[in-house]
This record gives sequence, C-alpha cells and structure tokens, in this order.
Amino acid sequence: MALITRLLLCLLLWLPALGQAAVEVREFDDPVTEQRYRDLTATLRCPKCENQAIGDSDSPIAGDMRERVYLQLQDGRSDKEILDFMVNRFGDYVLYNPRLEGRTLLLWGLPAGLVLLGAVVVVFMVRVRRRTSARDLSAEERARLDALIKRERTE
Amino acid sequence: MKRRLLLLLPLVGFLVLGAFLYMGLSINPFDRDSALMAREFPAFELTTLEDPERVVDASLLEGEVTLVNVWGEWCPTCKQEMPQLLDLAERGVRLVGVDYKDTREKGREFLAEFGNPFEVNIFDPEGSLGFDLGVYGAPETFLVDREGIIRYHHTGYIRPEDVRETILPEVERWR
Repeated sequence: MALITRLLLCLLLWLPALGQAAVEVREFDDPVTEQRYRDLTATLRCPKCENQAIGDSDSPIAGDMRERVYLQLQDGRSDKEILDFMVNRFGDYVLYNPRLEGRTLLLWGLPAGLVLLGAVVVVFMVRVRRRTSARDLSAEERARLDALIKRERTE
Repeated sequence: MKRRLLLLLPLVGFLVLGAFLYMGLSINPFDRDSALMAREFPAFELTTLEDPERVVDASLLEGEVTLVNVWGEWCPTCKQEMPQLLDLAERGVRLVGVDYKDTREKGREFLAEFGNPFEVNIFDPEGSLGFDLGVYGAPETFLVDREGIIRYHHTGYIRPEDVRETILPEVERWR
C-alpha cells in the first residue's frame, strides 16, 4: 500500500513537467542566444491577447511569432532587426518598450516632466516659507524677546 | 483668495487624469490600424485553393480595387460573415480569399457549404502570407487599391451594416 502511494506521489510530481509541454523546447548553440530569445519573447507583446508577452501566451499567433524569433536568431539577425520585422507587420502595439521618437516623446517625457515640475514647486514653496520666517522682528517683538532672554539669564 | 484657488490645482489635475483614464476604458484594443496601411501588399508566392498547380503572387491584386478576406474553415466567425461577403460580390466588388492555416479539403468544403464570393482563393496552409499581413486571427479584411497598396483594414466580423456604412464607401473611394 505504501509503495502504491509513493508511486502515485511520484506521478504527481510529473504533472508540472507535462504542463510545460505546450511551449516548444528550443535548442540553442550558445547561452547568449538563448538569453536573447528569452528577452525578445518577454518584450514582444502578443497582438491577440491584450496583456501577455508572446513568451507567455498559448495563442497560435504568439507561437508563430516565437518561431520567427527563433529562426531569425539562428539566422544571425540582430535584436533590432527582429523587432523591426515584427513592428512592420503588427505595429508598435507589439513593443512593450515603446521606442523614443517624435510620437512617443510625450509618453517618455511626461513622467520626467512631472518630477521636474514637482521639484520646482517644492523649491518655490520652501523659498516662500523661508522668506516669511526670516522677516525682521518689529520693535515691540524685539523688546519682548529681550525681556524674555534677560529673565532667562537672571534666573 | 487667489492663493486659495491654487489649492484646487491638485483636484483639477486628478479630475483630468480620471477623465483620461475613464475614456481609455471604452477603447477597443482591436480597433487599432494595421501596420500595413498605405503600404504595398506583401510579396508572396502561393498556390490557389482551387488549383494546386497554379502559383499566384501579389500581381494578382493589381489593376482593380480588391477586397482580400483572410478566412479559414476552423473559424466560426468566418461562416457568419459569408452572407455579407456574398452581398459585396453581388454588388460587383472583386473579392480574393486567403485560406489561412487550413487544409485544401476543409477549405473546399467550407466554400461548398457557405458559398464562394471569391474570384480566387490564395492557399496559405502555413500562415506565411497571413503573418506578413500582420493577421493575428481570422477573419480579417484588407482593401487593396489598383496599384496594390493596402488602403483599408477591418479586423474581425463584418456586420451587415459595416458593408453599407464603411466597406462600400471605401471601395468607391479608391476606385
């Protein structure tokens, strides 16, 4: 009985491996290309499924795109060439990292711009506050202050 | 008083951002334009569904405004849109089909059952032409002008009102 349970447990351990069978096994000549494949399939967005990289998606088009990425890597194409190839067909939509160009200037520039604006506002506020606190004391206030200091000393 | 109004600035900023994001909710992510708009129809060399001996290329689409419809027997929406395509063919629009990721047998069965509005069907079993067209699901429809330039793109189901409201006017526009 114990043996059967153990065997069943062993079988259960195989389940995750079976689940991965849906994603193709690729062979690479060197680990650098393999890493590039991983990076590219993680940064290309599946055009059919809204928020998945092609490396995570079971959609048929994602499979086709992975295949093309693999073949082009084997062909010795550069990352940029592969990304251009995809953008030419599926548009900027497939780039998780939009390129810096005229149209995307606002997209990239807005966060930096807002941080800069915030810094300017903070500097402005600090200055205004410093100016009000550094205002000279009136004659009456100075007299009171002197009296207080004198009392402190004599005590 | 003026300074007080200044304090409302963050609230105004928040409302603008909120309105912007709210608008984003109603955008259909599949409404985006094809990357091939205003570009030449991609080069290909494939046989036709009708005749395995006949090889066609992109010159097939030149000379006349043509509606290219990407379909497949495995695609349920394609069946629903066939009446609209038949209607377009009847109105004198030239249609060319791309039988996408299909087998010859199933593709022919499909046409026999649902009608054939296409002058000819390009047989694309590997989906290579589909890939170059940026097709990520069938049906997709492209309008190609006389020079072989892609002028209009429709992703997904063509409703009967789409025929009247967008496709026929686009065909007229490029004729």
